[in-house]
Order: sequence, then C-alpha cells, then structure tokens
Amino acid sequence: MEIPYVSQPRPDTGIYNAKAGIWLFLASEVMLFGALFSSYILLRVGALPADWPHGLLNIPIGAFNTVVLIVSSVTVVMAWVSLKMKKLGQFKIFQAITVLCALTFLGVKSFEYREKFAHYEVWKTDGTRVTGHIEGKPMFLTLAKLKAAGREKIAFIADRHHYSEGKAAMVRREAHAEHKAQEIPVSQIKRLSAFVPAHSTYFAIYFTLTALHGLHVLGGAIVIGYLFGPGSKMFFTDPERLTNRVEVSGLFWHFVDLVWIFLFPVLYLL
Amino acid sequence: MEAHPASHHEPGFWQKYVFSTDHKIIGIQYGLTALVFLLLGFGLMLCMRWQIAHPGQPVPVIGALLHAMLGDVAARGVVSPDLYNSFGAMHGTIMVFLAIVPLAFAAFGNYVVPLQIGAPDMAFPRVNMASYQFYVLGGVVMLVSFFIPGGAAQAGWTSYSPLATTIPTNGQAFWLVGMVFLINSSLLGAVNFIATIIQLRAPGMTWFRLPFFVWAQFVTAFLLLLAFPPLEAAGIMQLMDNVAGTSFFLPTGLAVGGKLADISGGGSPLLWQHLFWFLGHPEVYVLILPAMGIVCEIIANNTRKPIWGYKSLVFSVLSIGFLSFIVWAHHMYLTGMGTKISAFFQTTTMIISIPSVIILTCFFISLWGGSIRFNTPMLFALAFLPMFGIGGLTGLPLGFSAAVLHLHDTYYVIAHFHYVVAPGTIFALFAGIYYWFPKMTGRMMNEFWGRVHFWGSFIFMNVVFQPMFAQGMAGMIRRMADGGANYSAATLQKQGLESIGGLSNTIMSLHTMILWGAVGLALCQIPFVINLFVSIKQGKPAPGDNPWQATTLEWQAPTPPPHGNFATVPSVRRDPYDYNVPGAPGEFSPQNQA
Repeated sequence: MEIPYVSQPRPDTGIYNAKAGIWLFLASEVMLFGALFSSYILLRVGALPADWPHGLLNIPIGAFNTVVLIVSSVTVVMAWVSLKMKKLGQFKIFQAITVLCALTFLGVKSFEYREKFAHYEVWKTDGTRVTGHIEGKPMFLTLAKLKAAGREKIAFIADRHHYSEGKAAMVRREAHAEHKAQEIPVSQIKRLSAFVPAHSTYFAIYFTLTALHGLHVLGGAIVIGYLFGPGSKMFFTDPERLTNRVEVSGLFWHFVDLVWIFLFPVLYLL
Repeated sequence: MEAHPASHHEPGFWQKYVFSTDHKIIGIQYGLTALVFLLLGFGLMLCMRWQIAHPGQPVPVIGALLHAMLGDVAARGVVSPDLYNSFGAMHGTIMVFLAIVPLAFAAFGNYVVPLQIGAPDMAFPRVNMASYQFYVLGGVVMLVSFFIPGGAAQAGWTSYSPLATTIPTNGQAFWLVGMVFLINSSLLGAVNFIATIIQLRAPGMTWFRLPFFVWAQFVTAFLLLLAFPPLEAAGIMQLMDNVAGTSFFLPTGLAVGGKLADISGGGSPLLWQHLFWFLGHPEVYVLILPAMGIVCEIIANNTRKPIWGYKSLVFSVLSIGFLSFIVWAHHMYLTGMGTKISAFFQTTTMIISIPSVIILTCFFISLWGGSIRFNTPMLFALAFLPMFGIGGLTGLPLGFSAAVLHLHDTYYVIAHFHYVVAPGTIFALFAGIYYWFPKMTGRMMNEFWGRVHFWGSFIFMNVVFQPMFAQGMAGMIRRMADGGANYSAATLQKQGLESIGGLSNTIMSLHTMILWGAVGLALCQIPFVINLFVSIKQGKPAPGDNPWQATTLEWQAPTPPPHGNFATVPSVRRDPYDYNVPGAPGEFSPQNQA
C-alpha cells in the first residue's frame, strides 16, 4: 500500500501531506502559546505596578539568545536550500550550526535560570521589601526552610534598588552604594522567596513560558539533529522526501524562533 | 515465511492488532477502549445515584468490592462524600474525554473517514498509532489516580480553581497529567484527520461530494485542534499551582482551613474558567457534530432519497464550528464578569442555535415522503432527533443571563446537557455501531436484540433524565452527595424550621425513580454487549459488501476492507446520497458509479 502525496505535492492543493500536517500543528501551537500570552496580559493587568517585578532579567544575555536563535533560523533555511541543490556536505555544515545554536540557547537559558534561583526577595514585617543575595549563594531557600533549620538571622547582600522604586532610585543610590552584607533577623521576615515560579505571578508566567519554549527548542534540536545524523542517509534513497522533512522541521524551527521573538520583549523589556 | 526477507510477510499478532498503523484497526481499538470507559463512567454514576437516593447506605452488590479496592473512603461499601466528589469528577472526565470523544471522533472517524473519501489509509499512519497510545496512557493515569492516597480528583470535571488546588490530595495532579496525554492524543488525531481529508480525497471527490459525516468530522477536528491547546496551557498552569506553588489561579488573601495560604497570590480564578470554557464549549460540539454526521448517513440511507438541504447542512456545520469559539462565557454569567460581556455572549449563544436548528430541520424534512426502513440503526437515528431537540431547546433558557440566575448549577442543567449527550450523541453512536458493524465484520448484528436494546434504552433514558428538569426547576442544586436532603422540606420541618422553599417530598422522591431508571438502563445494555460480541463470529452473514444498499464509498470496498482498502483507487462521479434519482440506472447509485 502506498499513501499518495508523501513527497510529491497534490496537484489541486499544491502541497505534500506533511506540509499540511505541520501547518495544522503550528496552528494549534499558536493557540497554546496564545493562551499563555493572554494569561500573561490578564495577570499583569490585574497586578499592582509595584508588585510586578521589572528589570530583574539580564537584558544583554536575553538579546544574545535572540541573536543566536535568529542565526539558527537563517542556517536552517540554508540547509534546506543546500539539499534542494543536492549538496549534502553543505547541508550538514548548516544543520550543524543550527543544532549548535539550539544548544547554546539552552545552555545560556539554564545559566539564567540558575542565577534566578539564588536571587532573593525579602518581605519584612515592617512592610519594606528588599532584593539581593544571601551569603553563600544558597538556592531555593524559603522562610519555612530557614525556620526548620533553626536559623535566627541571614546575611543579606542587598541590591542597589528594589524593582518597585524605578530607575531614579538606582541612580540616587549609586553614589553611596554599600556592598556589604547586612544581617536580617529571621523574626523580622514575613516572607522570603528566591526568584522561582512561586515568587510572584510574573515569575510564574516567566518560567512557564520560557520552560515550555525551552522544551520546544529541545524537541526541535532532537529532530534537526536526527535529520543531520542518521536521518540524512535518506539522501541516497529518497532525497526529495529528506528535503521535505528538512523543510517541515525548519517550519517548526521558525515557529520556535518566532515565539522567542515575542517572549524576549514581553518578559525582558516591557 | 521468513525464507525470503524481501517478500511481503504477514505481520504477527502484536503488529497486527496492538501496534497497528492501519486506520481500521486503530478505529476498532479506539472503539472498544472507549466502550469500556463508557461502561466504567456509567458504573461510577450508578454508585452515585444509589448514594443520592439512599444517603449513607452501603451500595448493594458491589459495596464490599468498593471497600476492598478503594479503602476507607468507601468504608462498609458506603459512598462517602469525598468518594462521591471523586466519582462525580471522574464520571464527567471519563465520559467526555475517554468515552464519547474517542468513540465519536476517533473510532468512527478513523474507521469511516478514509473509506468514505476513497483513501488507502490516514495521511500519517504512525502518528495515528501514537494518538491511540497517548489516549491509552491518559486513561491509565486517570484510572491509577483512583488508587492513590486520597483518591482521584474531586473538583469536578471542570476543575475550578482554587478548589482544585486546595484539596489536599494528588488526585488533581494525576488528572492534569492525564489530561495532557489526552490533549496530545486528540491533537495528533485532529492534525491527521484534517490533513487526510484535504490531501487524500480520491479523484473526483470534490468538497461538495463529501458525505456529510466527513464534513462533520472535518469541523470537529478543527475544534479539537484549536480549542484544546488553551486547556493544555491552563492545565500546565494549574499543575504549576499544585506542585510548584505558583498562584496563577489563586487570588491574594486566599485562606485555606481558616489559615492564610503561604502563596504569593495575585492570580485569577476567573482566568481558569475562561481558559477551561474556551475548550469546554467547542467541546460540546465535538461531542455532537460526529453524532449528527452519523445520523445524516443513516437517515439518507434508510429514507432512500437524497438528504434534504445538503449544502445547508454543510454551511450550518461550518458556522457552528466558527461560532462555537465565541460562546464560551455563557457558562460564566454568575461569576460577576459584567453585564456587557454577558450580553455579548448571550447574543452569540442565541445565534449559534440557528445553524443547529437548520441541521435538525433538514433531517426532519428528509423524512418527509421517504419510504423509511425501520431497522435498528434507523430507530436509534430517529430517536436522536427528538432527544437532541429536547436537549437543544432546553438549553435556550440557559443561554439567557437572566433565566440562569435561577437555573445555574441546578439539576436542570444536568438534564439539559445529558439530553444532548446521552440519549442524543450516545444513541447516534449506537446507530453507527449497528450500521457499520457489517462492514467491519462481514456479519449483521441481531435485529431482535437490537430492538430490545433500543426500546429499553429509549424508555429508561427518559425515565432517568426527564425528572431532573423538574428537580432543577424546583431549585435542587447539583453536586450534593446527599441529593439535597439537607435542603428538603422534611429535614427543615424536623429541625423545627420554616419549610417554605425546601425541596418537597415529591421532588425528593424522584431520586428513587431515577435510580431505578438508571438500573433499568444498565440492564438494557446487556443484550447490546452480548449481541456485539456474539455477532462477530455468529451473526447472520451480511448479504454482500453493501448490505444496506448505500451509496457512499465505504460500502464499495471489500468486506472487511483489506490493508490499503480499495483494490483500485475509486473514481468519484456522483453526489453522496443519490438514492432514487430520476434517470439513474438503479434504485441507488454509488458515488463511483457512472
């Protein structure tokens, strides 16, 4: 049994099967991320400006990752073009760059995650809030864990300003910035949280969106890596179909890239 | 057999029946699994109906079994309120996501759609297999959750937050993981169906020669494709709330058990409801459109004339598909989202009833002047019309934000949507099973026991659901483990309180009637189950490939269709329902006949 239009386009629709499939799949992906972006908007509109963290993410690193993904989007097209011209070697070079870019992106992202897990906000009983690091750079501490460990105080290296204060406060304090640890008695802490999903709805949606996107990057890297490695043997039996596979995986990769193009400004800049 | 490695050898049992990529086998796998879940969901409900009619008394016959399997929540075989909540949540979940959708969309769609469009298989056979495997995995996760400490999810099939997060068991996490599997399963299925219908139509099978069943499945697939992902997003967020301590759906100042919860707050419970019903409403059309497709095939076949208003049907089903995406918040009038939004959704809700009425009217007009054959499939298809009619028309008051002040969350709502899905969709599914059985097996199901099954089910369905309208209008609220006994006039009088407004004895006594109706309904399914399995081997052999003398392509294929379906690719020359067309050579003209 042969299923028709696996590699050749159907004359009246002008596409082969997998191309129809991937566009439909991407439509559902738009709805998936669309729902999360809508949730972002709703949560942000419902939050007090002072409660919505701002400026805590590393913009240069985020920008670097944006460039990495854009480069990979270019190479994934070049790889497809190379296959169209039946140049397997050139295809392999471009696809290798794509996979490297994907891995770079994930590596940078995990570095960013790690930094956040050791960066804290403390809500004190007097109503003030302060962000910074706890000496020794522990990760995932909470007030409950501190109390369970019987700690009476923490050594806290405060950031220059709190995100609720705006840029002006940071400039004002630049002059007499202290970078010494101050001690905060545990009894004066109302809540303590690292910048983990439970910190606030901002970090909840930040981690959910970027982790889901990261899973897509990983999935795309696995598929593209397969077509670069063992899957490329199809070049000698059915080059047309291999080219189609690369095109379909490339369409998915563009989508993953595009999601990040939205994520970067929404989460880092706005 | 293995002597010539290059030769086409027969696949073994596992490859043929378990890891099959053949759309027909996958369709049958889906069908049988879904029927098992249908039975299970019904079983849960029987236990609940017993508890409602006889609060605090052990369930007869299977009470000891419940205790042995589920432990203390079913002590002495009594359905405790916690267990009642679990069963309620899982009844809805199982019936919607594990029984009706897989049966209506995946089972019938898989088996029939490629045959009806003249395709050798689905566009992506291996994706098709993966879709079934995800479905089974999701089902297993749901089933396992019954046996974990604390039991299965208890927050209703709608899983409203913050309740779904504050119940201190892991049942909800299992539910969410199970749902993610099921959503991925239907996503793969939906992509496959749409790509198949677009790409693999046989030569000459133009869009307006597609049988209406294919159109219905096509629109259904789009609903699954686009409406399910937002629930997946919501499910991920609720899972984060449950396991990572986030506050997506938890408001600031949430107190649990009298203590302020240790959370950041700032989330929105309404957000969950919006995301849930954004799926939830298209979902009810996922439940009903395939049923309408089946009914259309059977009515055209058994009235022996072309279906009336084919194009009206097609455009109606397309409008329903589109409109179903903008009616979701009519489930949320009482959430305080505002009168302006309510007015918008009330308007779209009234508009969507128009194409539904057009479809039903087309079916009724099709009966006019036909020489109707009253076989079992036709009886079920005919019963679908008034049953769906009752379900649909009683939905109109629920679409008005003023009327819903009284009716919201009462048994009236339960009666309404069960009339749509139970005697509506399920009757259509029975019709489809009796109708396509000869194509799957080459044998007919027994006609006498089919009629016993039909009349018994028809009577008892109404005995079960008709009284609920009365109970709901009298003010009985749903989801109460004691069936409202606490609010009955009798209880109020006993406590020396004013009994005006309490549920009267007549209303309360209807519980007993419903219970015995449900038991009767269960008994009526026995002949069906026996008939289904006995007929596979011992049914009357079907007279030829086309026992119903039908026009659509599945009946022009060999019986049962081999791997690859058609010996030669059929070439389509006719409309789908050319029965008794003036000037045609025979009484009916198959689509591939010149």
